[in-house]
Amino acid sequence: MVAQPIKFYQTGSFAVGNRLLPPEQRSVQAAPDRANALTCGHRACQGCGEALGARYVVDAALRASGRQLIAVNATGCLEVFSTPYPETAWQLPWMHSLFANAPAVATGVAAALRAQGRTDVRVLGQGGDGGTVDIGFACLSGMFERNDDVLYVCYDNEAYMNTGVQRSGATPPAARTATTQAVGPEPGNVFGQGKNVPLIAMAHEIPYVATATVAELRDLEAKVEYAMSLQGARYLHVLVPCPLGWGSSSADTIRLARLAKESGLFPVFEAERGVITGVSKIRRRVPVDDYLRLQGRYAHLFGAEPRPDVVARLQGCADRNIQRFGLLDDEMEESGEVRQ
Amino acid sequence: MSTPSPDQRQIEGSRGVAETVARCRPEVICAYPISPQTHIVEALSALVKSGELTPCEYVNVESEFAAMSAAIGASVTGSRAYTATASQGLLYMVEAVYNAAGLGLPIVMTVANRAIGAPINIWNDHSDSMSQRDSGWIQLYAEDNQEALDLHVQAFRLAEELSVPVMVCMDGFILTHAYEPLAVPDQEKVDAFLPRFLPRQVLDPGDPISIGAMVGPEAFTEVRYLAHLKQLRALDLIAEVSREFRDTFGRDSGGLVRSYRCADADTVVVALGSVLGTIKDTVDEMRTEGERIGVVGITSFRPFPFEAVSRALAVANRVVVVERAFSVGVGGIVTSDVRASTANLGTGRRPREYTVVAGLGGRPISKASLRRVFTDAIADRLEPLTFMDLDQDLVNGELRRIGASPRSGPTAENLLHELRVNARQIPERST
Repeated sequence: MVAQPIKFYQTGSFAVGNRLLPPEQRSVQAAPDRANALTCGHRACQGCGEALGARYVVDAALRASGRQLIAVNATGCLEVFSTPYPETAWQLPWMHSLFANAPAVATGVAAALRAQGRTDVRVLGQGGDGGTVDIGFACLSGMFERNDDVLYVCYDNEAYMNTGVQRSGATPPAARTATTQAVGPEPGNVFGQGKNVPLIAMAHEIPYVATATVAELRDLEAKVEYAMSLQGARYLHVLVPCPLGWGSSSADTIRLARLAKESGLFPVFEAERGVITGVSKIRRRVPVDDYLRLQGRYAHLFGAEPRPDVVARLQGCADRNIQRFGLLDDEMEESGEVRQ
Repeated sequence: MSTPSPDQRQIEGSRGVAETVARCRPEVICAYPISPQTHIVEALSALVKSGELTPCEYVNVESEFAAMSAAIGASVTGSRAYTATASQGLLYMVEAVYNAAGLGLPIVMTVANRAIGAPINIWNDHSDSMSQRDSGWIQLYAEDNQEALDLHVQAFRLAEELSVPVMVCMDGFILTHAYEPLAVPDQEKVDAFLPRFLPRQVLDPGDPISIGAMVGPEAFTEVRYLAHLKQLRALDLIAEVSREFRDTFGRDSGGLVRSYRCADADTVVVALGSVLGTIKDTVDEMRTEGERIGVVGITSFRPFPFEAVSRALAVANRVVVVERAFSVGVGGIVTSDVRASTANLGTGRRPREYTVVAGLGGRPISKASLRRVFTDAIADRLEPLTFMDLDQDLVNGELRRIGASPRSGPTAENLLHELRVNARQIPERST
């Protein structure tokens, strides 16, 4: 069967299912012999973006390494929900040490493998945004700078969800968390400079940096697969919506991840040695409203006392990303097309 | 100093430790600089880079926290892992120090003992490793540089046999930076003494397991109790390994405690680390004057050898514990364990106990000062808790300032200022 080139508007969600793709482009998860590194029975919430992201990432990495993979996990939701011992959802050697040290533990694993001459075994580090962009950041930067042979994946749900939704360095402006409450004249998180770890990772000029979302699982897998084909420090930053922390419907996890990208709030790109090599274009641009209104953490912007001024500032953030990363096709950019 | 024997070389303590560690064939060394430990990892860096120590990965990490974390990763992957630290560095890695012990990973770490700030101070005392006495690591204290070298070989053996991490504590600068004739343990003998590392738990794609799961109230107590049992088991093993070391290398090193001229001693001084040398010299002098005084040196502080200490103090009427650290608001740290030992003497008789806090932040411990406090102890006129060579005038001056003004300023700087104004030195009282 010859597959037809995809025209995205043919699918209402602008997503692409496996059935529309040529076999070689289909998701790992579509394969009957998929690795299933993270088996069912774990205790993630319904609609957890992190569980979905981790399963795709680890399965793709397992396949790319011929199942010769060791995972090191930071403390956090993924760690807690996957190993309620005596049950463990992991089908690969997996270790959790502390919140802040996953990249350094991974460094140690990689060093030991090198000393043992086990060049066939690869190392995966993973953690949430708190463990990565905040408390684990020094270890992450050290691992990058030494170019240790570790693929580190940050599952970014934009706050400390495991401890009950507190602000992290990855929490977006205006978002309500338990420590940035929706009260006072400037409700929610402050507008700061942000801490864009993918860009900071690029500044280390490591072999590979990429962002992805759980809305584009094939893209996520392809990036893992490519990352695994390289040696040295590699960083993948995956946006994973969190129904609990975002105050969103469990059914909207994929939709929100897609809207984050399509609005321009979360740019999806990849970079090698500090230079951007590819950008996932916005397929159908949406205003940030569409993304924000589905989430309880932004409800204070749309309630009895709406804050169009704050929404406009967030739209400004999206617009800046679109310009900075070239997220629109030239054509779309010229026509200024925005779905109303 | 006597002429070095053929197997000895005139080298720095740190150099000797580095060469000894290299002969233990660690596969991963995690290095972060902090005085006075730095010379050890510097020397190891050269040994790895030159290819003398191979296979070995030398990882220059970005912090002590990362050093211990990388050692955890290496150990759990089945490699012999080593690091060294001191003072603030040990404190900076504390979370990982406890984690390594909790996971039962046989990492060996040298602690080049140094004071903890504030006020910042690079010189020797024991506040750093004492702060980690409850971390679950075995702690061995070296009396001299030769023992520091030898203890490393024993430490790897103990660590791997019990699957527990071991700290080798050696006095910063006093030992680490001292040049003396040292015999670096022979490679062949080390290889015979230290079998290949067989990890009790390992991350292996061929046999995937999960390590580091959350443990709730249903088993946490038992996990911790088993860690305690391991340390109790270490009490036997430390003595055993020390005997085997003597048989293999022909030297007495390690063990739990060592008694010196205690058989008929009415007064026994208890201490750990390099100060034991000065104490023994002092005791020798006092012995010639007819004082019945002896010394007990504690090598294994964790686990604490209650029975051995109890036996060593069986005939003493007076115990003076000389400590290079103290628990603020309480007093002696080692003293409380010594007291627990003497409570079990079973004779219904308890010796008088004195704590002498000495040598904080590198203040020299002189024979003269030791003799003064020992003499006071023998006369039973020593305060139960004595800060040796304390400059009471300096203290009183600051107390006056604090009383006189609600904003008297920073204490440490006030004292330094007053010292300079008065052009005084640390008191060198003559006897």
